[in-house]
Amino acid sequence: MASRGLLQRREARSAYLFIAPWIIGFLVFTAGPMVASLWLSFTDYSLVDPAHSVGTANYQQLLDDPRVAKSLANTFVYAALFVPLGTVVALALAMLLQKVGRASGFFRTVFYLPVMTPAVAAGAMFLLLLNGQRGLVNQVLGWFGINGPDWTTDPAWLKPSLAVVSLWTVGGSIIIYLAALNNVPRQLYEAALLDGAGPVRRFVSVTLPMISGALFFTIITHTIAAMQMFDQAYTMFYGPQQKATASDESLVYMVYLFQNAFEFFKMGFASAMAWLLFVIILVITVIQVRVGNRFVYYEGGSTR
Amino acid sequence: MLVAAMAATALLGGCAGVGSKSGDSGGGATPGAAPTGALKIMGFGGEDEVGQARIAAFKAAYPSVTVTNNKGDFDAQQFLTALASGNPPDLVYMDRNLIGTYAKKGAIVPLEDCISNQQVDTSQYREAAMKSVTLGGKVYGIPEFYVVTTNLIDTTSLQQAGVQVSDIQTRDWNALKATSAKLFQKNGNKLQRIGYDPKLPEYFPLWATANGATIIKEDGAPNLNDPKAVEALAYAVGLIDDQGGWTSFKSFRDSFDIFGEKNPLSAGSVAAFPMENWYVNVLRDFIGKGLKLDSTQFTDHDGKPVSMVGGSAWAIPKGSKNATAACAWAKTMTTKETWLKAADAREAKVKKDNSFFTGLFTANKAADEEIRAKYVTNVPDPGFKRAIDNYYATLDSAVALNPSPAGAEIDAAWRSAVTRALGGQPAQQALDQAQKEAEAAFTKANGNG
Repeated sequence: MASRGLLQRREARSAYLFIAPWIIGFLVFTAGPMVASLWLSFTDYSLVDPAHSVGTANYQQLLDDPRVAKSLANTFVYAALFVPLGTVVALALAMLLQKVGRASGFFRTVFYLPVMTPAVAAGAMFLLLLNGQRGLVNQVLGWFGINGPDWTTDPAWLKPSLAVVSLWTVGGSIIIYLAALNNVPRQLYEAALLDGAGPVRRFVSVTLPMISGALFFTIITHTIAAMQMFDQAYTMFYGPQQKATASDESLVYMVYLFQNAFEFFKMGFASAMAWLLFVIILVITVIQVRVGNRFVYYEGGSTR
Repeated sequence: MLVAAMAATALLGGCAGVGSKSGDSGGGATPGAAPTGALKIMGFGGEDEVGQARIAAFKAAYPSVTVTNNKGDFDAQQFLTALASGNPPDLVYMDRNLIGTYAKKGAIVPLEDCISNQQVDTSQYREAAMKSVTLGGKVYGIPEFYVVTTNLIDTTSLQQAGVQVSDIQTRDWNALKATSAKLFQKNGNKLQRIGYDPKLPEYFPLWATANGATIIKEDGAPNLNDPKAVEALAYAVGLIDDQGGWTSFKSFRDSFDIFGEKNPLSAGSVAAFPMENWYVNVLRDFIGKGLKLDSTQFTDHDGKPVSMVGGSAWAIPKGSKNATAACAWAKTMTTKETWLKAADAREAKVKKDNSFFTGLFTANKAADEEIRAKYVTNVPDPGFKRAIDNYYATLDSAVALNPSPAGAEIDAAWRSAVTRALGGQPAQQALDQAQKEAEAAFTKANGNG
């Protein structure tokens, strides 16, 4: 008995040793800064002078500053555009990938490559492609007689453009979906075929439920990423060339947070903004998990 | 990810911010001490011959100073996090219109000690440049370049439309509107040529100034909704509305290749616009490729040349570990002798390229005059000659916006007002709102001080 307990302890110790690098990294680079920013959110820290406590003034200002609400609304609209669009496009591409057979290795790499390009470079490139007057996208639309919009300058099109640009990085989801699609048991499709189910029916009744776990995971991560959108928005609309002309319609939450921290010297307020976003993301994720549990199929998860 | 990164920055900053009560009164430069040791510079590119020649001049004068310059433009985040972590550069190069805000926040220090200990002769710098680095009677920066504006014109486009060069004028705004309409061309909803580009939003201060408004008062208070400023904005927005409207106009402008062979003047995409002096040095390469440049002065309604002054300045951050060397650098980079060396280097390059000198515009008046007399003597292209002469003609009357402790916020307020006006909001309403925002920031900035 005693030796078994010893063995367990020893095993536990090695386990802790193995995960120690992550724990240390988490404490130093994630938990520590979070605690510090929580503290800073109650101060008037300007990055230059020492911080003084200001109580909940920063949180009060979140309510008073109309641009906080505006940037939050912009971010929600963007997320509402990007998350469904990103999911559908990634799934469609994954299903195509599944069909290409031998060349799939090549295409997998090709679809994943954009994830490796810096978001800033992609943002700059899309500014050229989406240019309303001379961009390639509108030229191609023109061949079909479609008069493309001014994607990058028309206030109404800024958020849709941002969503389109973000599609550039759905490579990660494509790979996840592809793995999930390949895991769907073949016999289920055969059974459905025997029952006379068409392709749509097979997709809805077999594929979707079987990959619902992967879908659920990517929808949550996409939502979180969308709420934290920064790189492309900043490059496309707030870069050195664009700064002076940015419309409020392109002001997403993280960009405004960044401006407060590093342009207006309001690190305390920016920290409060970060915590507000954290709480919002938390609430959205909890709702998603609650709703998701009703639809997601977990293998071997019959107890839920 | 980014939230975590932000938080990490905040942590680093937070710890250091509390701990960094350095006793350095800053801008120090110990009296009599010879500059030595390491000098860390931030925000300075200096990769062209004008930069390189002056860096060489400093290194020759102070061989015991080891200079590290992480090239690249001034980046607020980089600078502020370095400052907050207690590891600021010893010297920073930033736009002069940022000086007021950074000085007010205490991120950069007054240069009294630097100026007196190293006997920096501030009278050699142009008044408008000195004014933009002075806040509350204290000097916070040593001014470098002097960026001014005049009208540049593509005469090929003018000839096609039957417009005279003299019609590109800003004295009579109604006439300019008509001229611009004559030059403007589009095909369906695709723009082909902008007639006259008022360069909004960035040139709003120029239009307001030309119309007689002072958008930042002497004491740094915003005056954005001055009736003259409102009138100027409404007019300049009107020029853009006449030429396809903002969204198309901006898209068209975004597609320009400013530095290439297909630059907007060579390509006939813009017939005329107010533009900064450095651009003639870019355009010079395209004379042989068909560019026919001309120029007129950007004037007020009385025909007097008007220009805003831009440019950067050297400033010493709070906590600089080698203020003495930093001060020596700022001084050396901006003396007449050093600028002349830079001009020599440019002349050598010009000779090598079989080209001509387009002028060097610095905040050092004596340097400019000597360089002009020595090198800007033989401009073979008459259009370029007129452009260069026009730039020189603005130097003495050009003005900078008054520095303000709320400079950054005032800047943000008018820029977003101009963008709103371009999006369709009436100029009055847009500037009223900007004035309200700017006033609040100004009151706060003063109250905290």
